Formats: sequence, C-alpha cells, structure tokens
Amino acid sequence: MDKEFLEHALNINRRKFLSRLSLGIGSIALGSLLIPDLFSGIKDDSGSDFVPGVPNFAPKAKRVIYLFQDGAPSQLESFDYKPYLRTMFGQELPASVRGTQILTGMTAGQKSFPLAGSYYDFKQYGQSKAWVSDLFPHIGGIADDICIIKTMYTEAINHDPALTFFQTGAQQGNRPSMGSWVSYGLGSENKNLPAFTVLLSKGKGNGQGVYSKLWNNGFLDSIHQGVLFSSSENPVLYLNDPEGLNRHERRKMLDKLSELNNISASEFHDPEITAKVQQYEMAYRMQTAVPEIMDVSKEPDSIVKLYGPDCLIPGTYAANCLLARKLSESGVRFVQLYHQGWDQHSNLPMEMAGQAKDVDQASAALVTDLKQRGLLDETLVIWGGEFGRTNYSQGKLEKKNYGRDHHPRCFCIWMAGGGIKPGLVYGETDDFGYNIVRNPVHVHDFHATVLNQLGIDHTKLTFKSLGRRYRLTDVAGNVVHDIIS
Amino acid sequence: MTRLANFCGLLCIAGGLISFSACHPERGTTEEIPDVVSYDYNIRPILSDKCFKCHGPDANKRQANLRLDIPESAYAALKDDPNEHALVPGDPGKSELFRRITTTDSSEMMPEPKSNLKQLSPFEVKLVKKWIEQGAKYEKHWAFVPPKSPPVPEVDHKDWPRNTIDYFVLNKMEQKGFEPSPEADKEHLLKRLCFDLNGLPPDIDMMDRFLADKSPKAYEKIVDELMARPQYGEKMALHWLDIARYADSHGYQDDNYRSQWPWRDWVIHAYNENLSYKDFATWQLAGDLMPNHTKEQVLATGFNRNHKITEEGGVIDEEYRVTYVTDRTNTFGKAFLGVTIECAHCHDHKYDPFSQKDYYSLFSFFNSVKEPGLQSTVGGPETYAKRPLMQITNDDVKGILKFVNKVDTSRLIVSVMGDSEAYRHTYVLKRGNYDAHGDEVFPATPKAILPFSSSYPKNRLGLAEWLFNNQNPLTARVYVNQVWEEFFGRGIVKTLGDFGMQGDLPSNQQLLDWLAVDFRTHGWNIKRLVKQIVMSATYRQSAVITPDRLRDDPDNVYLSRGPRYRLPAEFIRDMVLASSGLLNKTIGGPSVNPYQPPGLWESTTSGRGQLASYRQVHGPNLYRRGMYTLIKRTSPPVELGIFDASNRDQCEVQRMRTNTPLQALEMMNDPTVLEAARVLAAKLLEEKTTSKDKIYTAFRLILCRKPIATEQAILDSYYADQLNSISREDAAKLLSVGEYPVPANLDKVRLAAMMKVVDAMYNLAEAITKT
Repeated sequence: MDKEFLEHALNINRRKFLSRLSLGIGSIALGSLLIPDLFSGIKDDSGSDFVPGVPNFAPKAKRVIYLFQDGAPSQLESFDYKPYLRTMFGQELPASVRGTQILTGMTAGQKSFPLAGSYYDFKQYGQSKAWVSDLFPHIGGIADDICIIKTMYTEAINHDPALTFFQTGAQQGNRPSMGSWVSYGLGSENKNLPAFTVLLSKGKGNGQGVYSKLWNNGFLDSIHQGVLFSSSENPVLYLNDPEGLNRHERRKMLDKLSELNNISASEFHDPEITAKVQQYEMAYRMQTAVPEIMDVSKEPDSIVKLYGPDCLIPGTYAANCLLARKLSESGVRFVQLYHQGWDQHSNLPMEMAGQAKDVDQASAALVTDLKQRGLLDETLVIWGGEFGRTNYSQGKLEKKNYGRDHHPRCFCIWMAGGGIKPGLVYGETDDFGYNIVRNPVHVHDFHATVLNQLGIDHTKLTFKSLGRRYRLTDVAGNVVHDIIS
Repeated sequence: MTRLANFCGLLCIAGGLISFSACHPERGTTEEIPDVVSYDYNIRPILSDKCFKCHGPDANKRQANLRLDIPESAYAALKDDPNEHALVPGDPGKSELFRRITTTDSSEMMPEPKSNLKQLSPFEVKLVKKWIEQGAKYEKHWAFVPPKSPPVPEVDHKDWPRNTIDYFVLNKMEQKGFEPSPEADKEHLLKRLCFDLNGLPPDIDMMDRFLADKSPKAYEKIVDELMARPQYGEKMALHWLDIARYADSHGYQDDNYRSQWPWRDWVIHAYNENLSYKDFATWQLAGDLMPNHTKEQVLATGFNRNHKITEEGGVIDEEYRVTYVTDRTNTFGKAFLGVTIECAHCHDHKYDPFSQKDYYSLFSFFNSVKEPGLQSTVGGPETYAKRPLMQITNDDVKGILKFVNKVDTSRLIVSVMGDSEAYRHTYVLKRGNYDAHGDEVFPATPKAILPFSSSYPKNRLGLAEWLFNNQNPLTARVYVNQVWEEFFGRGIVKTLGDFGMQGDLPSNQQLLDWLAVDFRTHGWNIKRLVKQIVMSATYRQSAVITPDRLRDDPDNVYLSRGPRYRLPAEFIRDMVLASSGLLNKTIGGPSVNPYQPPGLWESTTSGRGQLASYRQVHGPNLYRRGMYTLIKRTSPPVELGIFDASNRDQCEVQRMRTNTPLQALEMMNDPTVLEAARVLAAKLLEEKTTSKDKIYTAFRLILCRKPIATEQAILDSYYADQLNSISREDAAKLLSVGEYPVPANLDKVRLAAMMKVVDAMYNLAEAITKT
C-alpha cells in the first residue's frame, strides 16, 4: 500500500508539474487536455494546501459505496434490540427520558406517547453476537463482516435538512455532496466513467423524495457532480445516439467536428475549443463504457443467486447493488445509492417488512461479493438513513400496528470494509432506545471517519469559495478511531 | 436541539492557502516589490488570509487578545508580554509580528502549523517588511470607502478610445505594456451584440443589413435596435432571476407548484421600460411600503418571497419562519451589497467588520412579514402562493399589469411582501438557532458600510433609502460590476458576491469607481450603462488570443482582447430554436415543460403534488425560450443544468462556466437539438437552391457568419457522404425525432443527410460561443 501511495503521489506531482508548464490554459481546459478524463484535476484557485488527487496519508479505502436508506429506517426494528420496550408496551414515555427533545409537528400535539416494542423478534448472529431483527436475516448473516454503529445522532428532525446534512455536511443547500468532495479530493480512477455516480430505487413504503441537490457539486467544478445512472433507456442523460445513427456514423461526425473545430482553434487560439474536442471524445468513450457496465446479462448464475432474482430487473435495489459493485470495481470512486420509502409514520410493521425485503439480501450480497473478489478491503460500504425513529407510537398503538415519528437522538448505521473493524457493535443506547449512553457519533464524526479511511484529513480537504474555505465537516468532526482496524 | 440554522458554521474553516496571485491581479506575473507598499492591495490580503481568523473581527475566536485588522490593537503593547508590540511602525526588527512570520521555531511561528495555513512566501515576507519600514499604515478597506470619480487618465494611443471606459482600460494596458486588439470583424461583432443584448442570434436579414451598412453609425444603429426590442428585457432579466432565486416550485420535500411567474414577467417589463436601478431595487425591497403604492409596485416585492417555503407537515413553524427571514437577509447582502453578510449569522464575521449583532439588525428589517413557517401542505391552486399574497385579476392584466401574460381566466395569486401591524421584536440568535434568543436588536445597517440615518423610517423603505444614499460605498459598484460581468465574462471585481476582505481586489479600481459614480449621477440608468459598455472600443475588440497574451494574461484581466465565452444554458437552447425557425417568441406567462428525458421527476418525488410526474407540453409551447422552462427545485431542468444554469436554491450572483462530456452528450442527443436540425434542414430543402447554398445558409444561421472555403468544403463533402451512406430505413428513424411535422413531399434520405450536416454545425464549439 505504501509503495502504491508513493507512486500515486509521484504521478500527481508529474501532472502538477505539467500543469505549471501550461500555465495560462484555463483550469478546465487544462484538466481535459492533460488528463482526458472526467476529473478536471488541478485547480490552483482552490485556495487550499490540499493538492487534489493526493491523499494526506496512505488510504485504507479507495472507493465508497453508500447504500442510503432514504426516509429513515427504524433502528428499533433493525439493529438496536430493546426488549424493555416490549415489557413497557403501551406505557407512557417518561418525561425524564424525553428531556428537552423537540418533537415534530406530527406528534407534538399527541396527548400520549405510548412506548412500542418491536413487532419483530431479534436474534444474535456470528461471533460478534450482534442482535439483528428477523427482518434482516441476510445482513445478520454478514454480522462478522460489518460494524454496526448504534449511536449515530444528528441535528435535524425533518427529511430535507437531515438528508442534506448527511450528504453535504450542512443542513441547507448548495454545498458539495460527499461524493463531490471525494471526486475533488481523489479524482477518477477510470477515464471513461465519472468519479461520482448516483443510483435511485424506490420501495413500496411511504415516499420521501430525493433531491438532485443531494449529489450537487456546490461550489466545486461541475465535473465533480454526481452523475445519475438510471434504469431507463438512457442510463446516463442523453447517452444514446438517436435511432438511425450507428457508431460508425457517430465517429464520422466527430471527425468532421474535430476538423472544423481545429480551424477555429487555429484562428482564435482559445484553449476552450481544444477542450471541447476532448470532451466530445470522452462522451464518445462513455457511450461504449456505460452500456457495458449496465449490462448484467453476462453475470453468472451464482451472482444472480447471491443478489436475488430482482437484480435482473433494472431499477430495483438489488439491480443497483449489483451495478454498484460493477461501477466500483471499474474504479468509480463514490457510488451513491438511494432506496426510498423508509418513512413509517404508520403501518410500520407491514411497510417495513416490504422495505426490508427489498434491501436485505442484496445489501448483504454486495458485501459478500466484494469480499469474494478481494475488493472489500479497499471498498467502504455504508448502510443507513438520515435519522432514527421514536420509541413511542405515532398515532394509535396496537399489538400488530403502530407508527414511529422522526427521532434525531440515536439511530443505527453499519459500515463494512475499507479498514473498518469487522464484527463490531459500537455504542450503547438506554433501555428505552431514546438516548445515547455511550460513544455517540455525530454526522460530522461520520464524515471525518469516511474521509480518513480514504486517506484524507478532513480538516485539510478544503475549497475556497467567496472568501472562505469550506470543509465537508464544517468546523467540527472527530475521526472515530474505535471503529478503525 | 434541532438546528436548521446551523449551515453558516461551515464558513469559518481552518485550512489551506489561497494562491496569492488569485486575489491580487495587480501584481501580474512579475514579483516586484512596489515602491510604496499599499495596505489595501499588498498587505491586507495577506493578513486577512493568514491572521484574521484568530486575530481579527470575531471576538469569540480571538487569540491573545490581539487584533491585526485595526491599528490601535496591532500597535498596542501585547497582553502576554507588555514589552512587545505586534507592530512597531518603521521597525520590523522590533515588531513581534515580523519575528513570528520569519522564525523557524515551530512553537512560535505564525500562522501556527496546526492551523493548516501555509507560511508566508519569501515575497510576502518582503512585502510585510517594507510595509512596516514605511510606517505600517492601515487604510480602510477599499470597498467600504465611497467611490469618487477619478480623473480620466492620459493615454499614449490617443486615437483608440471611443468613450471614457477606454481611457481607463487602455491606461492599464499601457502600464502592462499591452496593446489593444484590433476591432473584431462585423460578423463576430454582430453575434456578440445580439447575444449580449437579446440572448438570441441575429437573423440573416440583420446580418445582411449590418454588413451592407457602411455608415459610421451602423454599429450604433444596431445597438439601438437591439436594445429597443422586448428581447432585451428577457436577456437582462435572466441574471436577475438567478439572483432572486426565482423558481416555479416551493422547494423542500414535496416541492409542489407555485405561481410566482407574474413577478418574472415584471422583471422583464422593468428592464424593457428601463426602470432606474434605484426604482427597480426599491420597488422589490419595499414596494408595499411606498406611499400610494401601485399594484405593480407590490408585485415587485415578490422578489423577497421567491425563497423556498416548506409544505412538509410536522415542521416547527418558527424554525422555518426564521429560515425565510435568513434567506432574505443573506440575499440582500449578496445581491445588493456584494458582501457575505451571511457569515455573521452564527458568529461575528471572521474577516469583514460585521458583527453578529449587525446581522440581526439587518435581519430585523425582514422580520415583520405577516407569515407563518408552515402555511399549508401540498394542495390545490389556493396553495400556489403563500400569504401575504396578491391576486391578479383579468382587469389588472388589461390595465396596470398589462405586461403579465395571463393566458386564462383562472385565479392567479402571487406571494408578495406585507408586514404585520405589530412590530416583531428581533433578537440575536445564538449560533444562529431559531430558538436561542440573545440580546434584542433594532433595525440598523452595518456601520462599516454606512450607518443607518435616524431620518430614515425603520423599515424596508428606509433600508432602500439607505441603499441609494450617495455615501453608500457598495450599491453602485456592485451593480455595475454585475453588468460588466454579463458583457465581459469576468467582473472588474472577479468575486461578484464578495467585495469584502477575502474577495478579489478590483483589477481596475479607477474604472470601477468611474463607472459607479457615473451610473449613480446619471439616475441609475441601466440602458445608458449598457450602451456605454457596448459602444466602447474595449468591448469591440477582436477575441483572437495571441500566444503571448495567452501566456501573460490568460484570463484577460487587462482586457486587451474581446470577450469570448460559452453561452449561458438558456441561450444555447434559444440559439438552437431561433436559428432553426422553431422559436416561439411569446414573452412571459406560465412556465412550460418542454422535452425532458423520462423519469427524472418520477424517480425523485415524494409522490405528492401536481409536479410528481412530468407532463410535457405540445405544440408551440415546446419551443419557448429557455428562461420559460419550468424550474422544479428538487429536479431542475437537466437540459439547462448540464450547462451550469442555477438550480435556484439560493441567491446566485455568478454561474460557473464548465466544459464537460455531459454537455457533449446533450448537444449530440437532446431531441431539441436534433429536431431543430431536422426542421431547419426541411426548410432549406424546400428552397430552390443548390445543396451548397443550403449549407451556406445553415452555417450563417447557426454560426452567424459566412463559412470560409475550407469549412464549406468539409460540410459539402460530409453531405455528399451522408447522401450515399444513409439507408432509407435509417433516414426514417432519424427523422422521427421531435413532434414538429415532417413535410411529406421531401425525399427522406436527402432530408436526413441535410439534417446531419446541420446537426454537426450545432455541435461546433463556436456555435455555443459568444465570439
């Protein structure tokens, strides 16, 4: 790893040296001319000591796959086992436990806050003896490969700010997404694919939208924007040539364009023209590379069996997990998935079973698949939502039916690979599953830790915009060393 | 516990180093120490970047009780060691500051290694040394001193200037040893003018007229003609829509429709009527408070209601109400004052002399609006605007609001401003948290800019009066700089939204100040300012870059050549539609949904509201200008976003200008472009001309100039090749793109071949570039 790190740094320094030679060409043009890939690279006006493309120290992880569970899955029916809540079924949440917590408008007016234990049973799995609910048997099966953090907490109680906070480090819009920061920080490993890609899927559960600002580049160059890969006919926007135009004809057209563009380049000497030609060439390469990646028809039966039959249906969570593995394997730095439908204000037992069915097998399969390919060590997989859910029922509490409101004070995520300790359950909440008792992990700490695994000091990855230097971790964040192996 | 309002915390980060030259265009490429070191230009950028974070205006983060941003503190005895002084004017050796920036002892060096800030470069150290030797004199930050009209400078090249702008520009060039470029040829000039004044390409008739007009007034005639067209208002409005974060949806999770477009129509109207900037801004800020205000003036206040408004059930009302007021305050700072006042939302500003108290004093002007945080959840037409709102009746659009393009008789409501009768008390919000009240504050403006006179009413109208006080140092400079950027692609102050300590210094302060004072003293006349710019010799220069100039002034800071930039997203669409003849020139009205790749809204929506799924329009509405494409905030139009259009989430004064493969894919495969190519090809084939002539005409329409022989030859041979290589079957497929009818009488292979030649022209770099 150290040798590789050194070579990488040398390679970047060579680029940097070359870029100095061509001083005067706009930064965008420069990136495209020297490194014909999506990573526009060296931007000297970043106002940062941070040299894009060079990690601060030897990285554990090279790539990230983030399986975002949009809408906030309940921790109490997944990974935070609270038998006491079953004992206390129907009883009031003690005011001493609730403390000063502000409630959302959806339950603030409720006269009663009846505690609700999990409808589902839990079992212990693996050598780590991690408790996992019966909704997630496959994830239970990889308990010894993952690290469950039971003590995540956040500052937002509504979806939009909470999601935005998790994805960009700030609650309100227009900051770069995590993936954009990583693209900016480390660049692309594949010259035919974007460094940051986004995949969407929907469960049948209660819908919460996602927002394109979640994968926005903010003030970073738009080359670092997340590129949405969709399950529609055009996996990347405008990727497909029109019907009636074959590859040979497209090539012919690009050659004509290049001839004509060169005429104006020789008149105006504007480096943007040459850069434009390069971008067309890159687009042309993407037209071949992307469909190849999207094609799962050549995957062997064993893989289909591992991820489940849904992985052959484009746009499902399972298909996206498989696709995530392929993208990551091809060098995409940051694959961001969103699975929507986790907002169980009511009908939680039934809806959550459907959501879990969508994601359980494929999430576990992704980890197993990466492991069997020897890629798990260098790939960080993250699974989790934007906040937790209340230990009391929203609306009427019945034995078989209840709902849970938003809860920011504690919730669970899990991570695997990329130098994170496997088989660890981290942090402790109280018997009510309402407050953190030990080892809290703030969203900023989470970001600091992810960047750390990628070899980036979160205090050094900065970008200067309108007079100040921004960080993914704002002014806070501590690396959670306890979960790093 | 919940804190929506924490976002500003990001602004006070440690880390990195700005490359000195980036904020210091004056220094050019040669590193020579000036004879007289200027605090403002040479020293403050260093101190601001390296020292003020811990020794600056923010009292809470100040170390060792030392401020280096004000002389009293910097010259005073140090708290930790009363025998020492940070600065001893005239004596670097006795100045503790100098010792700390030159020591090699890591426990003493500044900036501290743990700050992640780079040490000063040897050149910077030399500058500081000389500054101290020369007396360590402080100056007030340039942007906070009211501009005075400087004398017009002498130049050598006396025959070059056409108006005053040119004297200032040429003077700078001559100082650098640069020569102006020759005037661009007429075709390039006309294209430049048409896009800069109308956002559209010239048609052939206009090109021919201009080429044929040999009179000395030919250029000015065209300028006047373009500025008199209604498309002038559309062009000018686009930039303002970004600033005003105008959109057609409420934002946040459900992101349902809002009917705010009559406000957009007003902006276009205001530019076309050449409303003075003073009225333009005053009506938007305080139209509802003006004596005997008209309905038009109230409509203008929609500016301050364009921010996102939540419809998520279960939010905490006050949290969102405070968020709206915050958005208005931040927008006011960025749009009109060009300062990052939002940094003082959670704490005192780290660099600029704005305290948190200043922030909330400004905030209080916008805090009395009669509005809740959550007014209604997703619903029908009654939710398309939020109180305070105005209704626009059919009588209004026949009379006072004639410019509102109301197409049907249904109820039309717009969110506007309106204060409660009762004054709402305003407090400093600790850490920016909506429920953490600190000291009470009252309407006031930052003293460092200009104190708020007691003669002004303590409301938004008073704030507007303050903004247009002759002594306000920022208002005129900030606006002329924004307009300048629209024409030259780069502001005189490059950071349009930051005239503060950490912003860029002006590349030509005399020019900026002259323009600002001239603008103010001539009644804030926008058309006059625009005409002044386009009539200058500076603007008319050729955009050809010589290799020397590419090396010495790649960003064209010294303006020794004409502007050459990729067009804004909307105008790329407009160019394609206009040149093909498809453009629907209707001005204003409800926004429309043209072609968009399927599934984008559906895959991201919560499922609620009328924007849950995309309903594409048909017929003439498919061919409206880009600025009328409906902007749904959580999924803004990708056709425009790929070319860096604003997502209208927050006030945006400056767009990026990137060059990416996704842009190439869009130009190659967007049905809008392909359909335009087909329609133009069909039109050409219906003319009784040779194929050579047809290609020649298409070239002129798209590139706005005549092709040179090689270009014509390349395209002719491409056409010949396509005629031979396209099968009848492929031709039929190619022609099926888009909804505009294909003429039945045309040969499909010929049409497809011509379509491909036209399409190739649309994909040329020059087609989407202002030349």
